Amino acid sequence: MIALDPLLVDDLLWVPLIIVLVKVLIVFVVGLLATMLMVWFERKAIAGMQNRIGPNKTGPFGILQTLADGIKLFFKEDLFPSRADRFVFALAPFLSFVPAFLAFAIIPLGGDFRNGSSGEVTLFGQVTRIQLADPPIGVLFALAISSIAVYGIMLAGWSSGSKYPLLGSVRASAQMVSYEAALGLSLACVLLLAGTLSTSGIVAAQSTITDWHFISTGIVPFIIFLIAATAELNRPPFDLVEAEQELVGGFNTEYSSIRFALFYLAEFMNTVTMSALIVTLFFGGPQPIAIGNFVFDIPLLPNALEGTFWLLAKILVFLYMYIWFRATLPRLRYDQLMDLGWKLLIPASLGWFMLLAAQRLARQNGWNIVLVTGGSIAVLVICYLLMQAAFAKSARDRSTQGTMF
Amino acid sequence: MVLLGAVGVIVRKHPVHAALSLVLTLFGVAVLFVAQEAHFLAAVQVIVYAGAIVVLFLFVIMLLGVDRVENLRTDPLTAQRPLAIITCLGLAGVLVAAIVNGNGVFNERGEGINLPDLQNGPDANTVQLAESIFSRYVVAFEVTSVLLVIAVVGTVLLTRKAKASAK
Repeated sequence: MIALDPLLVDDLLWVPLIIVLVKVLIVFVVGLLATMLMVWFERKAIAGMQNRIGPNKTGPFGILQTLADGIKLFFKEDLFPSRADRFVFALAPFLSFVPAFLAFAIIPLGGDFRNGSSGEVTLFGQVTRIQLADPPIGVLFALAISSIAVYGIMLAGWSSGSKYPLLGSVRASAQMVSYEAALGLSLACVLLLAGTLSTSGIVAAQSTITDWHFISTGIVPFIIFLIAATAELNRPPFDLVEAEQELVGGFNTEYSSIRFALFYLAEFMNTVTMSALIVTLFFGGPQPIAIGNFVFDIPLLPNALEGTFWLLAKILVFLYMYIWFRATLPRLRYDQLMDLGWKLLIPASLGWFMLLAAQRLARQNGWNIVLVTGGSIAVLVICYLLMQAAFAKSARDRSTQGTMF
Repeated sequence: MVLLGAVGVIVRKHPVHAALSLVLTLFGVAVLFVAQEAHFLAAVQVIVYAGAIVVLFLFVIMLLGVDRVENLRTDPLTAQRPLAIITCLGLAGVLVAAIVNGNGVFNERGEGINLPDLQNGPDANTVQLAESIFSRYVVAFEVTSVLLVIAVVGTVLLTRKAKASAK
């Protein structure tokens, strides 16, 4: 049982099979549409922020601009650089495009989770979820997928057989591997509170606004996750991978036509997926906004569909935030990027995880929670001071002995 | 697929292609884990091995620029080929012996093979793994982590020494 759908455990019947196929189709089409609209939204919003008009010719408000660009890219010449490794060069765009879609499969896209409902809906007499797959490993699937996405960028840069793409891809792989650690550690805080790996379980654990994990884990893991996710997506201010001013276009310099379009699509698809993942993990996914017993309920709409509406609304907030980041923040220098990742985000998420774990243990065993929290904080402060001492020592060594590498 | 990848690691002349074949093998192993109901292990296999370790391999290959075909005629260590053959044969012998020896274990569910209990919801797998790592095999687990730390410290020390002697 690879848990594509809980339904497939039993005999293979037509109705569940068709439901699964329709779900796959819907997720694929919605994914493509979302990507298309995201590209348009980003161009339009950035144009607004920079006092320009942005795309305005094709369709109302230029909304079909992406479609026109896509068709144009389809008909452009497909170039292979003469020094390229042909097989890997052709493979790389798909390695970055396919994971972007796969990760969307585990996001709960709707369903009624309130008051401890399981979020299951009944379609044609079959109990299922508004979610393509609910694998037992849940969120780990998203991490695994994002670690595969590294290959796309890395191999694209290497196989071009050119200098700047190689530099871009070496940067990218170092950046993505190191930020994945911070991503995973801040994710662990959420998993610790939710007590399950499955995405639907995580959503079900966040019924009121104080249960939303960004509050119940104490905001710090959310901020770390947000920064690490931005770095993982290679979006500004962490887009050193394709820093135009230094590396021409980074890993995709040598790509043209539809292969380039695939990279472009993958980047925006990943942004949408990552926003959806943030919403699922920290903001209750399809749960409505509820303060105490009061629920913002939309009348006339069935609760399951309402979930989809809430999810879309929350995702839009994050998409806008990513665009905002891009329009306002300058790009980091490479050593600043690595310092931020290794010296700040990873220790901070590790320490916070320890604090939450200690609190959880105290609550389970009935220890004095204030005492335990205070003790953990004291330990963390000592660790922080030790780390600062180590940094100071290495900085002093560097000034006396010169840099090591 | 696993075997195809494994053969690819050896046969492909280009180091990057060999590393990619290794990824194929690791994926195959992850699929085998899923087939054995070890979902958590499969995910960790992909995240750690395919996602981090082989990426580091590729990283080193790209940074050091060893991605040219090496000359196989000249051998830096003359004894290395006969030794390799002997080691291979020995390893194959041990593996065959282990498989023949352990043939009966899977049928009678001997001690040490606790099949994952799928009745306790989707997380049973993870819970079981955590229980065995952090209670029964906790010493081995901690010793492994100490070993890793020693390896890291050793590497840092070696790079420092090399720099100092170069001066």
